[in-house]
Amino acid sequence: MSNKFYENPVIKWIEYRLPIFSFIDESVGSGYPTPKNLNYWWNFGSLAGIVLTIMIVTGIVLAMSYTPHVDYAFESVERIMRDVNYGWLMRYIHMNGGSMFFLLVYIHMFRGLYYGSYKEPRELLWIIGVFIILAMMATAFMGYVLPWGQQSFWAATVITNLFSAVPLIGDSIVTWLWGGFSVDNPTLNRFFSFHYLLPFVIFALVFVHLWALHVHKSNNPIGVDIKGPQDTIPFHPYYTMKDLYGLGVFMIFFMFFVFFAPNFFAEPDNYIKANPLVTPTHIVPEWYFLPAYAVLRAVPDIWFISAKLGGVIAMFGFTLVLLLLPWLDRSPVRSARFRPIYRQFFWVFFIDCIILGWVGANTPDAVFHGIPFLWIGRAATVYYFAHFLILIPLISILEKPKMPPQSISAAVTGTASKGAE
Amino acid sequence: MRKTIKATLLVMAMSLTFAAGPVIAAEGIKLPARNWSFTGMFGTFDRGSQQRGLQVYLEVCASCHSLRLLAYRNLAGIGFSEDQIKAIAAEAEVTDGPNEEGEMFDRPARPSDRFASPFPNDNAARASNNGALPPDLSLMVKARKGGADYLHALLTGYKEEPPAGFTLGDGMNYNTYFAGHQIAMAPPIADDAVEYADGTKATAKQIATDISTFLAWTAEPELEERKRLGIKVLLFLIVLTAMLYAVKRQIWKDLH
Repeated sequence: MSNKFYENPVIKWIEYRLPIFSFIDESVGSGYPTPKNLNYWWNFGSLAGIVLTIMIVTGIVLAMSYTPHVDYAFESVERIMRDVNYGWLMRYIHMNGGSMFFLLVYIHMFRGLYYGSYKEPRELLWIIGVFIILAMMATAFMGYVLPWGQQSFWAATVITNLFSAVPLIGDSIVTWLWGGFSVDNPTLNRFFSFHYLLPFVIFALVFVHLWALHVHKSNNPIGVDIKGPQDTIPFHPYYTMKDLYGLGVFMIFFMFFVFFAPNFFAEPDNYIKANPLVTPTHIVPEWYFLPAYAVLRAVPDIWFISAKLGGVIAMFGFTLVLLLLPWLDRSPVRSARFRPIYRQFFWVFFIDCIILGWVGANTPDAVFHGIPFLWIGRAATVYYFAHFLILIPLISILEKPKMPPQSISAAVTGTASKGAE
Repeated sequence: MRKTIKATLLVMAMSLTFAAGPVIAAEGIKLPARNWSFTGMFGTFDRGSQQRGLQVYLEVCASCHSLRLLAYRNLAGIGFSEDQIKAIAAEAEVTDGPNEEGEMFDRPARPSDRFASPFPNDNAARASNNGALPPDLSLMVKARKGGADYLHALLTGYKEEPPAGFTLGDGMNYNTYFAGHQIAMAPPIADDAVEYADGTKATAKQIATDISTFLAWTAEPELEERKRLGIKVLLFLIVLTAMLYAVKRQIWKDLH
């Protein structure tokens, strides 16, 4: 721990026994050196952390008035909306907060992809991040089931049924997940239980994520390691202030949806109480699952693997392939700024992800200018995996990167006239 | 610096455009967009229209459709006094009990009761409606794409004769805006279907407008409070963010 000298006797007394003040100082204070050239794309990690906290707080408050029972869940949510003081505010923050959380984390991930933040020595930092997004997906899915509307019920049915694709024991797994022979009260109960538990798991993972981050510090837009104190500025007050400003901008965006378009991301169908006897004409997941949903539906029967099993494998592979990324990309240069070929393919990949989302929002048999969405989805899925498994390794070997600047301070002084922002 | 401000404005402008919701009903039929007083950032409900809408619900819709999520006391939210609410509630009968003898009994509804439903259960509702279940209306405006526009279009979208080549099922009605165009509900409103207490001329369009406004409120009773608070929150955030930006610039000044 640092040798910081604290004058206040109470702080001094505590610090001697539990060095919490120097710990805070070294984590987010003036004792944490940060690259001086971080741009605004580096705001999204802390924003995601703040939204996680908002989700936990509003979630705990909502749980006080929510009843996880098939006969009461829908009505209890409406009670929160109508009879609980500011219940509508808590619920709309929580509901839109889910979308915001994914939006921020997706931007955070694309930031990492662009600037090569997953590369040595930050491989574990990246991998922990992949586990965070997996935990977020599980949490979001189960949370979506809780209001027990039509989309809730049918999303639960469709997604849990996927596990029946597992050979031999598939059906037993599904029965086990449901706690019965269909999505019913036991399913809702356990989803509520897990939905309350998982955010704290995410919180713990975020802690480990930050722990790993603090060992080698943040990556930066030029991807060159910190060479000495001339390359860094203290986290506080520089980045605390920059993050606060970013938080202000983000809150304007977030609160606009909460107060003026609270159901923008929602499906009208979910305001109809769940009815196992009526299947909605169009089952759509939340927007942040649309790309994965497109991948799930893109896979045909291949040899002895059924389309269902293949789809499930592809859907899990969709996220899990990210775990391999640090070893698939062999380029020694981190930032795409100095990788002309990779930079172009990054943007193609970005567009591919958007296309997957667009395909996920349409039924597979619908057509776009004569092309069935099924085929667009298949092409986009193949490209998605090819990007990681073929293009990235090839580009990293064949591409001739430009020379990055010697150091962060050299880069900053060299471009000082343009400004580091 | 300018770039950041521009980006901020862009984000806000984008959120404004996004907020204009989709108005495509089933099978891509465009709904006629109507001017509702409650849309937009400063929107509020038209009190007169809401109160007339309640009358339409009670005199027309309530014979088949329940409004289970609403309590009579909630009517204070559309400008009724305590005595008026008591009188409105007392018109309905609800089952209470058991009393000291262990018997269930009927009594006039009180303001604390939920709106009385026309049928004791779904099966009874189906039995009296040719097998179709009239849905609860509390959340109807939120539960359909297009919201109040859709409801208004549906209520005024009946055709006496289906287009040539379209075969209607037994006891069904043709509606331009209903998914599949076959709807079990007979045209519920017509000119002068109700006689408005406030003297407003009860054209079919007026009735559809009033009931849609009323049901928009039952679906989102918090709407006015939400928008009022939202304006304050956004103004506060914009001022705060501007100040945060100024402080950020000040602190970073000697770095560049």
